[in-house]
Amino acid sequence: MEDTATSGSHSDAPIIRIRDLVFRRGRRTILDGVSMNIRRGSIVAFMGPSGVGKTTILRLISGQLQPDEGSIEINGRQISSMPWRELKRFRRNIGVLLQDGALFTDLTVFENIATPVREHTELPEPLVRRLVMSKLNAVGLGGIEDRMPHELSGGMARRVAFARAVVLDPAIMLYDEPMTGLDPIAVSTVRTLMRETNDALGLTSIVVTHNVNQMSQLVDYCYIIASGRIAGEGPPGELKNSSQPSVDQFMNGKVEGPIPFHYQPPDTPWGLLD
Amino acid sequence: MASAETTLNRLTGPVREAGQCLMFLFRMLAGIRLNLSVIQAILQQTYLIGARSLVIIMICGFFVGMVLSLQAINALEQFGASDQVSLLVGKSLFRELGPVLTALLFAGRAGTSVTAEIGLMKATNQIEAMELMAIDPVQRIALPRFMAGVISVPLLTAMFNALAILGSVVFSIGVMDLDSGIYWSKLQTGIYFYKDFVGGLWKSLVFGGVVSLVAVYFGYSARPTGEGVGTATTNTVVLSSVLILIFDFIMTSFLT
Repeated sequence: MEDTATSGSHSDAPIIRIRDLVFRRGRRTILDGVSMNIRRGSIVAFMGPSGVGKTTILRLISGQLQPDEGSIEINGRQISSMPWRELKRFRRNIGVLLQDGALFTDLTVFENIATPVREHTELPEPLVRRLVMSKLNAVGLGGIEDRMPHELSGGMARRVAFARAVVLDPAIMLYDEPMTGLDPIAVSTVRTLMRETNDALGLTSIVVTHNVNQMSQLVDYCYIIASGRIAGEGPPGELKNSSQPSVDQFMNGKVEGPIPFHYQPPDTPWGLLD
Repeated sequence: MASAETTLNRLTGPVREAGQCLMFLFRMLAGIRLNLSVIQAILQQTYLIGARSLVIIMICGFFVGMVLSLQAINALEQFGASDQVSLLVGKSLFRELGPVLTALLFAGRAGTSVTAEIGLMKATNQIEAMELMAIDPVQRIALPRFMAGVISVPLLTAMFNALAILGSVVFSIGVMDLDSGIYWSKLQTGIYFYKDFVGGLWKSLVFGGVVSLVAVYFGYSARPTGEGVGTATTNTVVLSSVLILIFDFIMTSFLT
């Protein structure tokens, strides 16, 4: 099952290798034995209902959270056992686009994009300016560098955040619900940017989402996560026709199915009368 | 058993919080790198939270000086000593009222805005984005605001004192018609530069550090919700005010 994701023309060795991942919050097990291989150069989606642990996997990959069991390897390096300094160096090599863009509200658009460059390189100011302006032009927003984040529309803010995420040319891009709250035109723009940047720069992208229709046109491979496990995986076209009940319920938006309506199903209905 | 544990947690909670706050201060100061961008950020924050507090500080200082003079003249008149008003106003201002009132006003005006700003940055994932970019948010966000507070409060205190003296002059000489020569000579001979004026500025430096530390710490540790940011902002004002008065007593005990 895992081998499907690793096979591809770019390289046989997966860039991200996750083995038997277990993550708990208190007594609740969020992820229970998740394993996957992510192929270099691909765009992979983690899909599933809200609150199922998709963003948790993203945070485990970026080293913000530590797994209780199992391992995450990126380019053959274990993330969970990395010392802080090494983890910091590793994070320079990943770009992250968070749900609402998370632009720094006290800085202009230009300063937002320049912040990681100034922090991690010793480039002279004219070069920083050229780099920032080239990224801003690449996302189609040349000329807005002096604006503050509150002066931007949702779609523009997301594109600026995208420019900031790719400004240091990372090897891996992580997207957390990148299209939430955007209008259809902005969705198409961001989707095109994600695909073109991924292919042009040879990145590997992981997208966390619960929007099936938006992602099926973008991603190469999907993992459906339900009840802490991988319920199904494969190219989006194949998953839509899956006979696996959890996958069928999620991909086709069915109310009835193995993914429960209740967060914790009550033992008896009498609890409602207490 | 559970209630005993809860009681113990309640008792040790403030101690734990104080320890975490000091660890936060240590983390802030231990990682300090004074390069050009950090200095620029400190200056920018000094303008945003210090210079923008000037107007309220000046207005309050002026009226505090007037009301102090009014009360002092009323009291001193009974002993025929109303010409001593500048001495009484000067001593109480430079030693106590200037530093304490400026710090209290700063906590209300700037401390709350710093806590709310950092809390909102947390709620809108800006802090998380920074961590993911391998940028230390404590150095990038908290340190410039903390340093700006430490720099601003003594300067604002000096401005508060100056305006309070101006208010006192306007009321005592302009309204109550006291002799201006006696007023200024009493102030010049009775106030000691190091003991009174510089002593007050030392206090204000400590108050600036206390208010700024409380503001950045509560902002940084706020729950990332609207309610959490609101609670953190309230806590900043309450705790800063209490700590200013406690530190005032401790420092006065040592300085006099």
